Amino acid sequence: MTTLTLTRATLMKDLRMEWRSKDAINSMLFFALLVVVIFSFAFNPTAEESRHIAGGLIWVAFLFAAVVALNQTWARELRNQVLDAYRVSPAPPNALFLAKAIGNFLFVVILEALMTPLFVIFYELRSVGPLWQLVTIALLGTWALVVNGTFFAALSIRTRSREIMLPLILFPISIPALLGMVDATTSILTGDASPDFWIKMLAVYDIVFTSVCLLLFETVLNAE
Amino acid sequence: MKKLALISIPLVLILLGLTSYLNLAVAPTEATMGDVQRIFYYHVASGWVGMFCFFVNFVASIWYLWKRSPQSDALAAASAEVGVVFCAMLLLLGTLWARPVWGIWWTWDARLTTTLVLWLIYVSYLILRRFSTSGQTQVLAAAFAVFGFADVPIVYMSIRWFRTQHPSPVIGGGPDSGLAPAIMQTLLINVAAFTLLGLVYIWLSYKLQREEQALEAAHAQAALRGAA
Repeated sequence: MTTLTLTRATLMKDLRMEWRSKDAINSMLFFALLVVVIFSFAFNPTAEESRHIAGGLIWVAFLFAAVVALNQTWARELRNQVLDAYRVSPAPPNALFLAKAIGNFLFVVILEALMTPLFVIFYELRSVGPLWQLVTIALLGTWALVVNGTFFAALSIRTRSREIMLPLILFPISIPALLGMVDATTSILTGDASPDFWIKMLAVYDIVFTSVCLLLFETVLNAE
Repeated sequence: MKKLALISIPLVLILLGLTSYLNLAVAPTEATMGDVQRIFYYHVASGWVGMFCFFVNFVASIWYLWKRSPQSDALAAASAEVGVVFCAMLLLLGTLWARPVWGIWWTWDARLTTTLVLWLIYVSYLILRRFSTSGQTQVLAAAFAVFGFADVPIVYMSIRWFRTQHPSPVIGGGPDSGLAPAIMQTLLINVAAFTLLGLVYIWLSYKLQREEQALEAAHAQAALRGAA
Protein backbone atom coordinates (compact mmCIF):
# COMPACT_ATOMS: atom_id res chain seq x y z
CA MET A 1 0.00 0.00 0.00
CA THR A 2 1.28 3.45 -0.73
CA THR A 3 1.48 6.30 1.74
CA LEU A 4 -1.45 7.98 0.05
CA THR A 5 -3.90 5.08 0.31
CA LEU A 6 -2.84 4.44 3.91
CA THR A 7 -3.27 8.09 4.82
CA ARG A 8 -6.71 8.08 3.26
CA ALA A 9 -7.74 4.86 4.97
CA THR A 10 -6.64 6.09 8.42
CA LEU A 11 -8.19 9.48 7.86
CA MET A 12 -11.52 8.00 6.76
CA LYS A 13 -11.51 5.70 9.79
CA ASP A 14 -10.90 8.65 12.13
CA LEU A 15 -13.53 10.79 10.43
CA ARG A 16 -16.08 7.97 10.60
CA MET A 17 -15.37 7.40 14.28
CA GLU A 18 -15.66 11.11 14.95
CA TRP A 19 -18.86 11.31 12.92
CA ARG A 20 -20.41 8.56 15.04
CA SER A 21 -19.18 9.68 18.45
CA LYS A 22 -18.67 13.44 17.90
CA ASP A 23 -16.48 13.38 21.01
CA ALA A 24 -13.76 15.75 19.88
CA ILE A 25 -15.89 18.24 18.01
CA ASN A 26 -18.53 18.52 20.73
CA SER A 27 -16.05 19.06 23.55
CA MET A 28 -14.11 21.56 21.43
CA LEU A 29 -17.23 23.46 20.49
CA PHE A 30 -18.51 23.71 24.03
CA PHE A 31 -15.08 24.66 25.31
CA ALA A 32 -14.70 27.41 22.71
CA LEU A 33 -18.19 28.66 23.49
CA LEU A 34 -17.29 28.92 27.17
CA VAL A 35 -14.12 30.83 26.34
CA VAL A 36 -16.04 33.26 24.13
CA VAL A 37 -18.59 33.93 26.86
CA ILE A 38 -15.98 34.29 29.61
CA PHE A 39 -13.83 36.65 27.52
CA SER A 40 -16.91 38.68 26.75
CA PHE A 41 -17.63 39.09 30.47
CA ALA A 42 -13.99 39.71 31.30
CA PHE A 43 -13.36 42.45 28.73
CA ASN A 44 -16.86 43.75 27.93
CA PRO A 45 -15.57 45.67 24.90
CA THR A 46 -17.27 48.25 22.72
CA ALA A 47 -17.47 47.59 18.97
CA GLU A 48 -14.38 49.72 18.30
CA GLU A 49 -12.33 48.11 21.08
CA SER A 50 -13.34 44.62 20.09
CA ARG A 51 -12.03 45.19 16.59
CA HIS A 52 -8.59 45.67 18.16
CA ILE A 53 -8.68 42.76 20.60
CA ALA A 54 -10.79 40.24 18.64
CA GLY A 55 -7.77 38.82 16.77
CA GLY A 56 -6.21 37.83 20.07
CA LEU A 57 -9.42 36.54 21.63
CA ILE A 58 -10.41 34.43 18.63
CA TRP A 59 -7.05 32.72 18.27
CA VAL A 60 -6.51 32.13 21.96
CA ALA A 61 -9.98 30.56 22.13
CA PHE A 62 -9.25 28.36 19.10
CA LEU A 63 -5.82 27.40 20.45
CA PHE A 64 -7.27 26.30 23.78
CA ALA A 65 -10.09 24.45 22.05
CA ALA A 66 -7.70 22.76 19.61
CA VAL A 67 -5.73 21.35 22.56
CA VAL A 68 -8.88 19.53 23.65
CA ALA A 69 -9.07 17.71 20.31
CA LEU A 70 -5.32 17.22 20.00
CA ASN A 71 -5.19 15.49 23.36
CA GLN A 72 -7.62 12.87 22.07
CA THR A 73 -5.64 12.23 18.88
CA TRP A 74 -3.67 9.21 19.99
CA ALA A 75 -5.67 8.13 23.03
CA ARG A 76 -7.93 5.79 21.09
CA GLU A 77 -4.94 4.17 19.38
CA LEU A 78 -3.51 3.17 22.76
CA ARG A 79 -6.47 0.95 23.52
CA ASN A 80 -5.99 -2.56 22.11
CA GLN A 81 -2.34 -1.71 21.38
CA VAL A 82 -3.13 -0.25 17.97
CA LEU A 83 0.08 1.78 17.99
CA ASP A 84 2.15 -1.30 18.72
CA ALA A 85 0.45 -3.11 15.85
CA TYR A 86 1.18 -0.16 13.60
CA ARG A 87 4.79 -0.19 14.70
CA VAL A 88 5.37 -3.82 13.66
CA SER A 89 3.48 -3.45 10.40
CA PRO A 90 5.42 -2.33 7.30
CA ALA A 91 3.13 0.70 6.90
CA PRO A 92 5.02 4.01 6.59
CA PRO A 93 4.69 5.92 9.90
CA ASN A 94 4.30 9.24 8.13
CA ALA A 95 1.04 8.04 6.58
CA LEU A 96 -0.35 7.63 10.08
CA PHE A 97 0.98 11.03 11.13
CA LEU A 98 -0.41 12.81 8.08
CA ALA A 99 -3.83 11.19 8.54
CA LYS A 100 -3.95 12.30 12.17
CA ALA A 101 -2.76 15.81 11.35
CA ILE A 102 -5.25 16.22 8.49
CA GLY A 103 -8.04 14.85 10.70
CA ASN A 104 -7.25 17.34 13.44
CA PHE A 105 -6.98 20.10 10.86
CA LEU A 106 -10.48 19.32 9.60
CA PHE A 107 -11.90 19.24 13.14
CA VAL A 108 -10.38 22.60 14.04
CA VAL A 109 -11.42 24.19 10.72
CA ILE A 110 -15.01 23.01 11.31
CA LEU A 111 -14.82 24.44 14.82
CA GLU A 112 -13.60 27.77 13.45
CA ALA A 113 -16.32 27.87 10.82
CA LEU A 114 -18.98 27.28 13.46
CA MET A 115 -17.55 29.61 16.10
CA THR A 116 -16.68 32.62 13.94
CA PRO A 117 -20.33 33.71 13.49
CA LEU A 118 -20.71 33.63 17.28
CA PHE A 119 -17.69 35.86 17.68
CA VAL A 120 -19.12 38.27 15.13
CA ILE A 121 -22.41 38.43 17.04
CA PHE A 122 -21.01 38.65 20.58
CA TYR A 123 -18.32 41.22 19.75
CA GLU A 124 -20.18 43.19 17.05
CA LEU A 125 -17.31 42.64 14.65
CA ARG A 126 -17.17 44.47 11.35
CA SER A 127 -14.04 44.23 9.27
CA VAL A 128 -12.39 47.21 7.64
CA GLY A 129 -9.81 45.27 5.62
CA PRO A 130 -10.29 42.53 2.99
CA LEU A 131 -12.02 39.55 4.60
CA TRP A 132 -10.92 36.87 2.16
CA GLN A 133 -7.37 37.15 3.49
CA LEU A 134 -8.68 35.94 6.84
CA VAL A 135 -9.39 32.58 5.21
CA THR A 136 -5.75 32.23 4.11
CA ILE A 137 -4.56 33.17 7.60
CA ALA A 138 -6.99 30.76 9.24
CA LEU A 139 -5.92 27.85 7.04
CA LEU A 140 -2.18 28.48 7.39
CA GLY A 141 -2.44 29.24 11.09
CA THR A 142 -4.60 26.23 11.87
CA TRP A 143 -2.19 23.93 10.08
CA ALA A 144 0.67 25.50 12.05
CA LEU A 145 -1.05 24.71 15.35
CA VAL A 146 -2.30 21.30 14.33
CA VAL A 147 0.82 19.84 12.73
CA ASN A 148 2.94 20.56 15.80
CA GLY A 149 0.05 19.72 18.10
CA THR A 150 -0.40 16.28 16.54
CA PHE A 151 3.30 15.60 16.86
CA PHE A 152 3.53 16.83 20.43
CA ALA A 153 0.44 14.83 21.36
CA ALA A 154 2.43 11.78 20.25
CA LEU A 155 5.20 12.91 22.61
CA SER A 156 2.90 13.66 25.50
CA ILE A 157 1.05 10.31 25.46
CA ARG A 158 4.34 8.77 26.60
CA THR A 159 4.56 11.00 29.65
CA ARG A 160 2.97 11.01 33.05
CA SER A 161 0.06 13.47 33.35
CA ARG A 162 -0.24 13.50 29.57
CA GLU A 163 -3.23 15.85 29.31
CA ILE A 164 -1.36 18.73 30.93
CA MET A 165 1.89 17.98 29.11
CA LEU A 166 0.64 18.88 25.63
CA PRO A 167 0.00 22.62 26.21
CA LEU A 168 3.24 22.90 28.18
CA ILE A 169 5.32 21.83 25.20
CA LEU A 170 3.06 23.08 22.40
CA PHE A 171 2.54 26.70 23.48
CA PRO A 172 6.19 27.85 23.62
CA ILE A 173 6.90 26.47 20.14
CA SER A 174 3.65 27.95 18.78
CA ILE A 175 4.35 31.50 19.96
CA PRO A 176 5.50 32.83 16.56
CA ALA A 177 2.56 31.20 14.76
CA LEU A 178 0.10 32.59 17.28
CA LEU A 179 1.70 36.02 17.06
CA GLY A 180 1.41 35.92 13.27
CA MET A 181 -2.24 34.83 13.34
CA VAL A 182 -3.24 37.42 15.94
CA ASP A 183 -1.41 40.32 14.34
CA ALA A 184 -2.54 39.46 10.81
CA THR A 185 -6.17 39.14 11.94
CA THR A 186 -6.03 42.42 13.84
CA SER A 187 -4.46 44.25 10.91
CA ILE A 188 -7.23 43.01 8.61
CA LEU A 189 -10.05 43.82 11.05
CA THR A 190 -8.75 47.33 11.70
CA GLY A 191 -7.48 47.85 8.16
CA ASP A 192 -4.34 49.51 9.62
CA ALA A 193 -1.65 47.39 8.02
CA SER A 194 -1.08 44.74 5.40
CA PRO A 195 -0.96 41.15 6.68
CA ASP A 196 1.33 40.06 3.82
CA PHE A 197 4.42 39.63 6.00
CA TRP A 198 2.52 37.43 8.44
CA ILE A 199 1.05 35.27 5.67
CA LYS A 200 4.56 34.63 4.37
CA MET A 201 5.83 33.99 7.89
CA LEU A 202 3.05 31.47 8.58
CA ALA A 203 3.80 29.72 5.29
CA VAL A 204 7.48 29.44 6.25
CA TYR A 205 6.51 28.18 9.71
CA ASP A 206 4.22 25.56 8.16
CA ILE A 207 6.87 24.33 5.74
CA VAL A 208 9.63 24.19 8.36
CA PHE A 209 7.62 22.37 11.00
CA THR A 210 5.81 20.02 8.65
CA SER A 211 9.24 18.90 7.43
CA VAL A 212 10.59 18.50 10.96
CA CYS A 213 7.50 16.50 11.98
CA LEU A 214 7.75 14.17 8.98
CA LEU A 215 11.48 13.71 9.58
CA LEU A 216 11.13 12.83 13.24
CA PHE A 217 7.77 11.06 13.52
CA GLU A 218 9.13 7.59 12.79
CA THR A 219 11.77 8.03 15.51
CA VAL A 220 9.18 9.10 18.04
CA LEU A 221 6.71 6.35 17.11
CA ASN A 222 9.40 3.73 17.61
CA ALA A 223 10.82 5.26 20.80
CA GLU A 224 11.17 2.55 23.39
CA MET B 1 38.22 13.12 37.10
CA LYS B 2 38.60 14.15 40.73
CA LYS B 3 41.89 15.85 39.86
CA LEU B 4 40.20 17.88 37.13
CA ALA B 5 37.58 19.06 39.62
CA LEU B 6 40.27 19.98 42.14
CA ILE B 7 41.96 22.19 39.56
CA SER B 8 38.99 23.64 37.69
CA ILE B 9 36.69 24.58 40.56
CA PRO B 10 39.26 26.70 42.46
CA LEU B 11 40.32 28.22 39.13
CA VAL B 12 36.72 29.27 38.41
CA LEU B 13 36.37 30.74 41.89
CA ILE B 14 39.60 32.73 41.52
CA LEU B 15 38.55 33.97 38.07
CA LEU B 16 35.10 35.00 39.31
CA GLY B 17 36.70 36.87 42.23
CA LEU B 18 39.05 38.59 39.83
CA THR B 19 36.24 39.59 37.46
CA SER B 20 34.14 40.94 40.32
CA TYR B 21 37.07 43.12 41.32
CA LEU B 22 37.67 44.24 37.74
CA ASN B 23 34.00 44.89 36.99
CA LEU B 24 33.23 46.83 40.14
CA ALA B 25 36.47 48.59 40.97
CA VAL B 26 38.91 48.70 38.06
CA ALA B 27 36.85 49.16 34.90
CA PRO B 28 36.19 52.81 34.03
CA THR B 29 32.75 54.25 34.73
CA GLU B 30 30.77 54.59 31.52
CA ALA B 31 30.16 58.21 30.43
CA THR B 32 26.37 58.33 30.01
CA MET B 33 25.01 55.35 31.95
CA GLY B 34 27.31 55.52 34.96
CA ASP B 35 27.80 52.56 37.26
CA VAL B 36 24.72 50.73 35.96
CA GLN B 37 26.73 49.89 32.85
CA ARG B 38 28.78 47.45 34.99
CA ILE B 39 25.87 45.00 34.76
CA PHE B 40 26.79 44.72 31.07
CA TYR B 41 29.81 42.52 31.86
CA TYR B 42 27.74 39.91 33.66
CA HIS B 43 24.85 40.28 31.21
CA VAL B 44 26.89 39.64 28.08
CA ALA B 45 28.95 36.86 29.68
CA SER B 46 25.95 34.90 30.98
CA GLY B 47 24.09 35.48 27.70
CA TRP B 48 26.98 34.01 25.75
CA VAL B 49 27.18 30.96 28.04
CA GLY B 50 23.40 30.43 27.85
CA MET B 51 23.34 30.51 24.05
CA PHE B 52 26.41 28.27 23.92
CA CYS B 53 24.62 25.73 26.16
CA PHE B 54 21.54 25.70 23.93
CA PHE B 55 23.73 25.15 20.92
CA VAL B 56 25.49 22.26 22.67
CA ASN B 57 22.06 20.86 23.53
CA PHE B 58 21.02 20.98 19.87
CA VAL B 59 24.20 19.28 18.63
CA ALA B 60 24.03 16.62 21.36
CA SER B 61 20.36 15.96 20.57
CA ILE B 62 21.05 15.52 16.86
CA TRP B 63 23.97 13.26 17.76
CA TYR B 64 21.69 11.22 20.03
CA LEU B 65 19.06 10.82 17.29
CA TRP B 66 21.79 9.64 14.96
CA LYS B 67 24.00 7.44 17.16
CA ARG B 68 21.80 6.73 20.21
CA SER B 69 24.74 7.13 22.56
CA PRO B 70 23.76 7.62 26.22
CA GLN B 71 26.66 10.07 26.61
CA SER B 72 25.17 12.54 24.15
CA ASP B 73 21.80 12.31 25.90
CA ALA B 74 23.46 13.11 29.23
CA LEU B 75 25.26 16.03 27.61
CA ALA B 76 22.01 17.33 26.10
CA ALA B 77 20.26 17.18 29.48
CA ALA B 78 23.19 18.80 31.28
CA SER B 79 23.59 21.64 28.79
CA ALA B 80 19.86 22.40 28.76
CA GLU B 81 19.82 22.68 32.56
CA VAL B 82 22.82 24.97 32.68
CA GLY B 83 21.52 26.96 29.71
CA VAL B 84 18.21 27.64 31.43
CA VAL B 85 20.04 28.94 34.51
CA PHE B 86 22.31 31.28 32.53
CA CYS B 87 19.46 32.40 30.30
CA ALA B 88 17.42 33.26 33.41
CA MET B 89 20.39 35.25 34.69
CA LEU B 90 20.63 37.04 31.37
CA LEU B 91 16.96 38.05 31.55
CA LEU B 92 17.12 39.14 35.21
CA LEU B 93 20.29 41.19 34.73
CA GLY B 94 18.76 42.74 31.62
CA THR B 95 15.69 43.95 33.50
CA LEU B 96 17.90 45.37 36.28
CA TRP B 97 19.85 47.32 33.68
CA ALA B 98 16.79 48.39 31.67
CA ARG B 99 14.95 49.98 34.59
CA PRO B 100 17.42 52.88 35.17
CA VAL B 101 18.57 53.21 31.55
CA TRP B 102 15.31 52.80 29.58
CA GLY B 103 12.99 53.66 32.48
CA ILE B 104 11.13 50.37 32.10
CA TRP B 105 11.75 46.85 33.34
CA TRP B 106 10.69 45.08 30.21
CA THR B 107 9.75 45.74 26.61
CA TRP B 108 8.57 43.36 23.88
CA ASP B 109 11.57 43.99 21.73
CA ALA B 110 12.98 41.40 19.28
CA ARG B 111 15.99 40.29 21.27
CA LEU B 112 14.27 40.35 24.66
CA THR B 113 11.26 38.46 23.43
CA THR B 114 13.34 35.92 21.53
CA THR B 115 15.41 35.27 24.64
CA LEU B 116 12.29 34.89 26.76
CA VAL B 117 10.74 32.46 24.26
CA LEU B 118 14.02 30.55 24.09
CA TRP B 119 14.01 30.30 27.87
CA LEU B 120 10.37 29.09 27.83
CA ILE B 121 11.18 26.45 25.20
CA TYR B 122 14.04 25.02 27.22
CA VAL B 123 12.03 25.08 30.44
CA SER B 124 9.40 22.99 28.66
CA TYR B 125 12.22 20.76 27.40
CA LEU B 126 13.23 20.13 31.01
CA ILE B 127 9.61 19.52 32.02
CA LEU B 128 9.24 17.02 29.17
CA ARG B 129 12.36 15.22 30.35
CA ARG B 130 11.08 15.14 33.89
CA PHE B 131 7.62 13.82 33.05
CA SER B 132 8.32 11.30 30.30
CA THR B 133 8.41 7.65 31.20
CA SER B 134 11.88 6.23 31.52
CA GLY B 135 13.31 4.55 28.45
CA GLN B 136 11.61 6.99 26.09
CA THR B 137 12.83 10.23 27.64
CA GLN B 138 15.93 10.46 25.47
CA VAL B 139 14.22 10.18 22.09
CA LEU B 140 11.31 12.44 23.03
CA ALA B 141 13.63 15.08 24.45
CA ALA B 142 15.97 14.96 21.46
CA ALA B 143 13.04 15.34 19.05
CA PHE B 144 11.70 18.27 21.02
CA ALA B 145 15.13 19.92 21.06
CA VAL B 146 15.10 19.94 17.25
CA PHE B 147 11.72 21.72 17.30
CA GLY B 148 13.01 24.23 19.82
CA PHE B 149 16.07 25.04 17.78
CA ALA B 150 14.08 25.37 14.54
CA ASP B 151 11.71 27.77 16.29
CA VAL B 152 14.28 30.33 17.38
CA PRO B 153 15.01 32.00 14.01
CA ILE B 154 11.27 32.16 13.25
CA VAL B 155 10.58 33.79 16.61
CA TYR B 156 13.34 36.31 16.04
CA MET B 157 12.17 37.12 12.51
CA SER B 158 8.55 37.56 13.51
CA ILE B 159 9.22 39.72 16.54
CA ARG B 160 11.70 41.86 14.67
CA TRP B 161 8.74 42.82 12.52
CA PHE B 162 7.30 44.66 15.54
CA ARG B 163 10.05 46.96 16.72
CA THR B 164 13.45 46.85 18.30
CA GLN B 165 14.65 48.75 21.32
CA HIS B 166 17.62 46.67 22.44
CA PRO B 167 20.95 48.37 21.73
CA SER B 168 22.36 47.11 18.46
CA PRO B 169 25.40 44.86 18.76
CA VAL B 170 28.23 46.95 20.17
CA ILE B 171 30.87 44.67 18.71
CA GLY B 172 30.89 44.54 14.93
CA GLY B 173 27.51 46.32 14.77
CA GLY B 174 28.48 49.07 12.31
CA PRO B 175 30.87 52.02 11.98
CA ASP B 176 29.75 53.70 15.25
CA SER B 177 29.91 50.56 17.30
CA GLY B 178 32.81 49.48 19.41
CA LEU B 179 33.90 49.46 23.01
CA ALA B 180 36.56 51.43 24.84
CA PRO B 181 39.68 49.22 25.15
CA ALA B 182 39.44 49.03 28.96
CA ILE B 183 35.79 47.94 28.79
CA MET B 184 36.59 45.45 26.04
CA GLN B 185 39.37 43.86 28.09
CA THR B 186 37.16 43.54 31.16
CA LEU B 187 34.42 42.02 29.03
CA LEU B 188 36.77 39.44 27.52
CA ILE B 189 38.01 38.35 30.96
CA ASN B 190 34.38 38.07 32.10
CA VAL B 191 33.46 35.99 29.09
CA ALA B 192 36.42 33.70 29.75
CA ALA B 193 35.52 33.30 33.43
CA PHE B 194 31.85 32.67 32.73
CA THR B 195 32.64 30.21 29.94
CA LEU B 196 34.79 28.24 32.33
CA LEU B 197 32.06 28.41 34.97
CA GLY B 198 29.50 27.19 32.42
CA LEU B 199 31.77 24.34 31.33
CA VAL B 200 32.33 23.24 34.93
CA TYR B 201 28.58 23.32 35.56
CA ILE B 202 27.86 21.32 32.40
CA TRP B 203 30.55 18.83 33.33
CA LEU B 204 29.24 18.34 36.90
CA SER B 205 25.67 18.05 35.65
CA TYR B 206 26.84 15.61 32.97
CA LYS B 207 28.50 13.40 35.59
CA LEU B 208 25.28 13.46 37.60
CA GLN B 209 23.24 12.49 34.53
CA ARG B 210 25.62 9.60 33.85
CA GLU B 211 25.29 8.42 37.45
CA GLU B 212 21.51 8.54 37.11
CA GLN B 213 21.69 6.55 33.87
CA ALA B 214 23.86 3.93 35.60
CA LEU B 215 21.45 3.79 38.53
CA GLU B 216 18.48 3.36 36.20
CA ALA B 217 20.25 0.57 34.31
CA ALA B 218 21.10 -1.13 37.61
CA HIS B 219 17.46 -0.92 38.69
CA ALA B 220 16.35 -2.41 35.37
CA GLN B 221 18.87 -5.24 35.75
CA ALA B 222 17.70 -5.92 39.29
CA ALA B 223 14.09 -5.98 38.16
CA LEU B 224 14.98 -8.46 35.42
CA ARG B 225 16.78 -10.72 37.89
CA GLY B 226 13.84 -10.48 40.26
CA ALA B 227 11.43 -11.43 37.51
CA ALA B 228 13.49 -14.40 36.37
